[in-house]
Amino acid sequence: MARIGVFICHCGSNIAGVVSVEKVVEAAQTLPGVRVSMDYKYMCSDPGQNLIINTIKEQGLDRVVVGSCSPRMHENTFRASVERAGLNPYMLEIANIREHVSWVHSDNKDAATDKAIKLVELAVAKVRRNEPLQKMYAAIEKRALVIGGGIAGIQAALDIAANGYKVMLVEKEPSIGGRMSQLDKTFPTMDCSACILTPKMVAVAQNKNITLQTYAEVAEVHGYVGNFEVKIKKKARFVNMAKCIGCGVCTEKCPSKKTLSEFNANIAARKAIYTPFPQAVPNIPVIDKDSCLYFATGKCKVCEKVCPAEAIDYTQEDEIITERFGAIVVATGYDLYDHSRYGEYGYGEIPDVITGLQLERMINSGGPTGGHVKRPSDGKEPETVVFIQCVGSRDDAKGKPYCSRVCCMYTAKQALLLKEHYPNSQAFVFYMDIRAAGKGYEEFVQRVQTEYGVVYLRGRVSRIYEKKDHLLVKGVDTLSGQQVEIKADMVVLATGLEPKKEAQNLAQLLHIGYDQNGFYTELHPKLAPVETQIAGVYLAGCCQSPKDIPDTVAQASATAAKVGALLSQESLEIEPMISEVNPLLCSGCRMCYHACPYSAIEMEDKEIRRGDVRCVAKVLTSVCKGCGVCAAGCYCKAIDLKGWTDRQLMEEIGVLRYR
Amino acid sequence: MYKVAYFPGCSLSSTAKEYGMSTELICKDLGIELVKIQDWSCCGATTAHITSELMAAALPAKNLLWAEKQSLPICSPCSACFSRLKLADIDMKRDARLRADVTEVMGEEYKGTIEILHLWQVIQKYGELKPKKELKGLKVASYYGCLLTRPTEVCPDERIEDPQFLDNLVISLGASPVKWSYKTECCGAAFSLTKTDIVHKLSGEILKDAREADADYIIVACPLCHSNLDARQEEMGLDFRIPVLYFTQLIGLALGYGYSELGMMKHFVQAKGLLNSKGLL
Repeated sequence: MARIGVFICHCGSNIAGVVSVEKVVEAAQTLPGVRVSMDYKYMCSDPGQNLIINTIKEQGLDRVVVGSCSPRMHENTFRASVERAGLNPYMLEIANIREHVSWVHSDNKDAATDKAIKLVELAVAKVRRNEPLQKMYAAIEKRALVIGGGIAGIQAALDIAANGYKVMLVEKEPSIGGRMSQLDKTFPTMDCSACILTPKMVAVAQNKNITLQTYAEVAEVHGYVGNFEVKIKKKARFVNMAKCIGCGVCTEKCPSKKTLSEFNANIAARKAIYTPFPQAVPNIPVIDKDSCLYFATGKCKVCEKVCPAEAIDYTQEDEIITERFGAIVVATGYDLYDHSRYGEYGYGEIPDVITGLQLERMINSGGPTGGHVKRPSDGKEPETVVFIQCVGSRDDAKGKPYCSRVCCMYTAKQALLLKEHYPNSQAFVFYMDIRAAGKGYEEFVQRVQTEYGVVYLRGRVSRIYEKKDHLLVKGVDTLSGQQVEIKADMVVLATGLEPKKEAQNLAQLLHIGYDQNGFYTELHPKLAPVETQIAGVYLAGCCQSPKDIPDTVAQASATAAKVGALLSQESLEIEPMISEVNPLLCSGCRMCYHACPYSAIEMEDKEIRRGDVRCVAKVLTSVCKGCGVCAAGCYCKAIDLKGWTDRQLMEEIGVLRYR
Repeated sequence: MYKVAYFPGCSLSSTAKEYGMSTELICKDLGIELVKIQDWSCCGATTAHITSELMAAALPAKNLLWAEKQSLPICSPCSACFSRLKLADIDMKRDARLRADVTEVMGEEYKGTIEILHLWQVIQKYGELKPKKELKGLKVASYYGCLLTRPTEVCPDERIEDPQFLDNLVISLGASPVKWSYKTECCGAAFSLTKTDIVHKLSGEILKDAREADADYIIVACPLCHSNLDARQEEMGLDFRIPVLYFTQLIGLALGYGYSELGMMKHFVQAKGLLNSKGLL
C-alpha cells in the first residue's frame, strides 16, 4: 500500500482567502493511501519545505501531493524537497489550487473548496501510479548561434566570444551592421552612429571566436537545448570571398544603376554588384541576381573583366551548411511600417512625404545626398518641415495598437539635426503624447523645443494636400482647440516598428512563440525577459519588442550571460518525462512518426522475438519534449508518456467517474 | 437591355434638371433601361436623419420596397439619395428593432435582397460604353465629394481618401484625369442656404486646387456639389472660371450628343467656348 503525504499551502491569503484549507486537509485524510495530511502558510518557504522533508522521514512516506500554485511555478522546488528527503523526485504530484481554483473562483468559496478537494483527490489517485524516473544527461555543444547581425546580434556575439565560447553570427544581408548602420546621430547624446558601431563591427570580424556568415539565412533547426542542429543557407554571392580584395572596381564599373538601394531607404540607386555601404563588414560585394544584366540577358560580364583578383564567379550556387550549436540567440530586428496604408497621408505616393529613415539617410554625411536634405520632388532644401508621429503606432485602425517606443525620440533628434544643418528652417511636430522615458530623454525633448525652437503640436494631421510647390498640412492642435494649417516643404512620417516579414517563419523553425503583433514572446515578461519557452533559445533586441539602442545592447549582453551559464555546464539534464515505445505492441503504422512535431520518432528494424524482425517506432530520448502527441495518436497503445501514463490518467478519470 | 429601378430624387427635376436629361439620354445608348419607381417618395435627405431614425429609414424603404417587389436593382444618380438608400439598407440589416419598426409603418417587410447602386456603378458594371468621339486633350478633375465616399460602407472604392472610379471613367472616354488632392473635400453642402460664406471658402478651395492642377473641367456626381461649385463661382471673387459638368454630360459628349441636348446651357459657367476650342462640339 502506498504511503502518501498531502501538503496544502495557504499561499498567505492567496489560496486560504477563498478555499477552506482545513476542509481540504480533512477530506484528503480519508483518501486511500494517504497517511498524513497537513497545511502550512507558505509551503514553498524554507520551513514549509522542511515540514515536507521531516514528515516524509518521520512517517516513512513514499509519495507526496502538494496542493499549491501551478506546477510551472514550484514543481521543481518541491521535487528538490522530495529528493532531499531521500525519495525519487518524480514521486510528487501538484494539485494546482491557486491559478485553477482560488484565483478564478473567488466569487463562490464553497464551490472553490469542493473543486480544490477534487483536484487533490485526482492528484492522490495519480501519484499512486507514479514510478521513479531517472534523469538523463546529454553532452553540450559548446558553441552558440546568433541570428541577425544588427547591434543586438553584434553585441551578443562579442559578449559570448568574450566568455570564451565559439559563435557563429548569421546575417541575411551582405554586411553586418543592421539598422544602426543606417542612422546618422543617436539620441540623446548625439554621438555619431557609425563612429560607435563600426569599431564593434570590425571587432566581430577580427574576433577568433566568431565565425561570420553574411548573406546567409537559417533554413532548418533540429535538436534541443545543448544540441541544436541548424541548416544554414548561404546565398550565392557570385563573388569568391577568398579571392576578393574589396577594391570596389566592380561596383564602380557596373552599368546597372536602376535598383533602389535598400540601405538608403530607396532614396538612391545602387549597382547590381554592391556592398550596402562603404564600411561594410565583410567588405566583399554580392551580385544581386535580379538586377544583374548578365543574369537577365546573358551579356555584360563587366565586373568579371575589371576584377583584378579574378574573384567573380557566375557559377556559384546557394549552399546549405549544417552546423551544431548548444544555444541560439535570435536578434532579427525590425522592419519599418509601410505608410502606404495611410490614405490621409497620400498612400505613400506624394514624393515629398518621406519616412524618418529616409531623412536619416539624407542628413547622414555618408548618405547619397552627402548630408544635404533635398526634397525628392525638386531637390530643393526644405525650410518648413512637418513631422508626424505615431504613423503605424498606437493606431488600432491600422492594426498597430502598440507604441513603437523610439519614434518620439528619433523625431526630436531629426528636428534638432534639421535646425543645426539649416538654421533658417522651422520644424513642426504633431504628436499624441511625448514618450521620453529613457535616461536624459525628457531633457533632450525639452531642449529641442526651447533651444531649437521646434514647435510641438498635440494632435493628429487629418490630411496632406499636394499643392504645386508645397504641401498643405491640415491638422488639429488639441491643446488650443484650433484647426491648424501649415504650408510645408516636406513632411516626415515617424513610421513605427514592426517585426521582420520573415519573423513568423523563423519562429516556426525554432518553435518559439510570437504575440498578436508578431513580436517574439519571452518566457516571462518580468522575470525571464530574454529566454523563450524553448530552452536554449534567447531573444535580443527589437525582434522581441520595439526598443532603443541602450536597451537592445543591455538585452543582448543579458543573452550572452544566459548563453555562458548554459554552455559552462558539464552536461545537460534532460527531463525523463518523455515517450516510450513498447515494441511488442507497435504495429509500425508510423502514426506517431508523422504526428511528432519535434521529429523525435525514428522507425527502426528490431528483433522483437527471436527471428521476428519488424519495423517499429523508436523515441529519440534526447529530442523528445514529452508533449504526448504520439501517445495520444497511437492506435495500438504502444506508446506511453512517462509521468503521464495511460494508467495514471485512468486513475484520475476513475475519481471523476465514481463521484 | 439591363433593367434597373430608377430613383431620380427631387433635384433632378429642379436644380439638376440637366443631370436628369443627360442621364436618361446616355442610358439609352448604354443599354440600360431606367424603370421609374412609381409614386417615389423623398429620400429624406439631411432633414430626416437629423430628426428621426425611423423616418430616415422608412422614407428610403418605401422606394426600396417597390424595387424589391419588381426584383430590380435600385439606382440613383444623386449622391445624397444613393447614400440615404444605401444607409437605410445597412441600418435595417444591422438593427432588427429598426427593421421591425419600419415594417410596422410600411405594412410590409423589406428583406434586403436587392442591389443598391449609384448611377456610376450601373454604368461601370452593366453599361456598354462605346464612345463615338475621343475626348482627347481634355483635362478633367474628378470631384467625388463626401456622400459617395463616406462612410466607408457606402464608398464603392477601397481607396476612400483618393478614389479612382471617376478618374478611370475619364480615361475610358479618352480624356486625361488630373492628379489633385481635393477630390473628397467637403463643398459646404447645405450651408449654401444658411452660411453661404462657409461654402464660398470650402468650394472656393476646391475650385482653386482644380485650377492649380491645370484642369479644364471639374466633373461631379452630386446635384448639391454641382450647385455649390458652379452657381457660386460668380460670388467667390475668383480670377478664373472653371466649368463644372456632370459625369453623365461628359459621357454624353463622348457619345456625340450636343450641347443643349445634354442641358449644358443650364450651367452658370458655360463650357461652350472651351469645348469649341478643343473641337469637341
